[in-house]
Amino acid sequence: MPEKRPTRHALIELTIIRLKEFGREPDAVFWVFVFPLLLTVALGFAFREKAPERIPVGLIDGPAAQQRLAVLKKSPALQPRIYSAEAGREELRRGKISLLVEGDVTPVYRLDPTRPDSRTARVEVDDALQGGLGRRDVFQAKEEHVTEQGSRYIDFLVPGLLGMNIMGTGMWSIGFSVVNARLRKLLKRMLATPMRKSHFLAANFLQRLIFLVVEVAVVTIFAWLVFDVAVRGSMTAFIATCLIGGASFAGLGILIASRAKTLEAISGLMNVVMMPMWICSGVFFSYERFPDAVKPFIRALPLTALNDALRAVMNDGYGLVQIAPQLAILTAWMILTSFVGLKIFRWQ
Amino acid sequence: MTESVIVCRDLRKHYPDVKAVDGLDLEVLRGECFGLLGPNGAGKTTTIEILEGLNTPDGGEVRILGMTWEADERELRERIGVSLQETQLAEKITVVETLRLFRSFYRNGPDPDDLLRRLSLDEKRNARVGKLSGGQKQRLAVACALVGEPDILFLDEPTTGLDPQSRLQLWDVVQDYRQRGGTVLLTTHYMEEAERLCDRIAIVDHGQRIALGTPQELIARLDAPHIIEFVSTPALGEAELASIGGFHGAAKRGDRWQLRVDNLAIAVPELLAAIETRGARLDTLSTHAATLEDLFVALTGRELRDA
Repeated sequence: MPEKRPTRHALIELTIIRLKEFGREPDAVFWVFVFPLLLTVALGFAFREKAPERIPVGLIDGPAAQQRLAVLKKSPALQPRIYSAEAGREELRRGKISLLVEGDVTPVYRLDPTRPDSRTARVEVDDALQGGLGRRDVFQAKEEHVTEQGSRYIDFLVPGLLGMNIMGTGMWSIGFSVVNARLRKLLKRMLATPMRKSHFLAANFLQRLIFLVVEVAVVTIFAWLVFDVAVRGSMTAFIATCLIGGASFAGLGILIASRAKTLEAISGLMNVVMMPMWICSGVFFSYERFPDAVKPFIRALPLTALNDALRAVMNDGYGLVQIAPQLAILTAWMILTSFVGLKIFRWQ
Repeated sequence: MTESVIVCRDLRKHYPDVKAVDGLDLEVLRGECFGLLGPNGAGKTTTIEILEGLNTPDGGEVRILGMTWEADERELRERIGVSLQETQLAEKITVVETLRLFRSFYRNGPDPDDLLRRLSLDEKRNARVGKLSGGQKQRLAVACALVGEPDILFLDEPTTGLDPQSRLQLWDVVQDYRQRGGTVLLTTHYMEEAERLCDRIAIVDHGQRIALGTPQELIARLDAPHIIEFVSTPALGEAELASIGGFHGAAKRGDRWQLRVDNLAIAVPELLAAIETRGARLDTLSTHAATLEDLFVALTGRELRDA
């Protein structure tokens, strides 16, 4: 005997149905939850911080070569190798080595002083050879090493990926489901019931925000565990940014889906809207490189506002007050797009 | 006097290339099953969608349950149930989930599980919509129309594309709803469906009502209860046929003549004699009791199916 349930509110039923519909689509689950993780892993490893490289230097084969090689090998900063005179100069010219040590008794350093690595090599090689011959240092300075968290590329990248993900999944999931329902005449069928149109659209927002929490949590926790990328600012500001960002892209999704009659049309519209933001809004690289004249326009884009706010909170440790301008831009987008989207929405 | 629950007068809807509805009058009484019968493209769907408040007419007056769509849309939506032609419900959602969703839109209505039992869908309660057969999908679509306990049920081509058994099951659902006091307006291009299900029928062609009445009245209008169809080589002329006893008219489609007659016992021998006199050869001969299809042929010279 099936259990009897009291009738739930239409908004709750609509939201549950949207959640189930999405959860039962394996493809959608992959693109929303798994793909961003794969992207974070791939880019995170590709641009991870490497240990300082040893500088390759060459020695010309000769009476002093073997002894010098032994001394230079002890230096942690150098990677010495012996070459014939000809091969050594060739390698230097090509930039394969930074410096070439010549001279039988007194060393001769052959280098291009305009190359920073060559100047470093000169200091390191000279230091090592002098020390090897018995020079005493006046004092032994201690070193303190720092890697500034929040300044690595991965720190720049993760908020950008989060923003891109919030944009992409929001727009695709709403855009496709609305156009699909329109194609199947399901929108028209619902219009023939007493369902309130506002409930239908609100259910789309709610569904987005519920999945958004999971999506953001997955990427954020993963980046924190694997790459030590953390939210340095206020958690409230972080959550508020994600929710307002999610809502503004849900609105944009509704607007784009409001008239489209085919899946091809909605795909095209999605790309037209999202492509400029992928490029301009500072997902993978900073938009500071764009000319000053276009920056105000770039900053007015919702993804730019979202990325800037996420970076400010995650990397710079800012709170709600500092990111208020970005949140205002996102809120404006949300109100404008949902209002216009609802106005021009095509139900049949 | 029974109350009219659907009234429309001089309904018009003109599209740039076609007059889909061209001055249609309809009146449906409470508790009856009313059929709009006509070929594809006759304007049936446009008409029913205007009555359902999903399309706006260019002219004419519509009153449903004494209300108008302009003034009382919310209340009307609560009190009518609609099954559109070719709605595809969400495939990944189960039968009972779909019904619960639609139930949540209405103030009143039956428990979704009770409704599923009434429609013999309880076995498929937890099946996804995408896994249902055509007949089951269509019954679920009707269930979604019944879930608000409507006063009027609108069905647009409810059995198009269904196998005979599914069609019978759907007819049972409609009969059951009527026994509970419901009013039905349906469109169909199956004359059999109209004859079996409907108390009254309006035959529609080119957006106009060309006949109205009970199935019996409409068939009686042919003044001839029997139809003879035959092919002969060479074909006979209409003058030769008109002399047959009890002749009420004939229509020719290709080689095949269709004769409406009073009495087969008189007409058939006379027809055979006429063919003999002409020296023609009889290729095929068949007879049947007159149907709505024959009325449509008599009225328009075309057949329902391929008009």
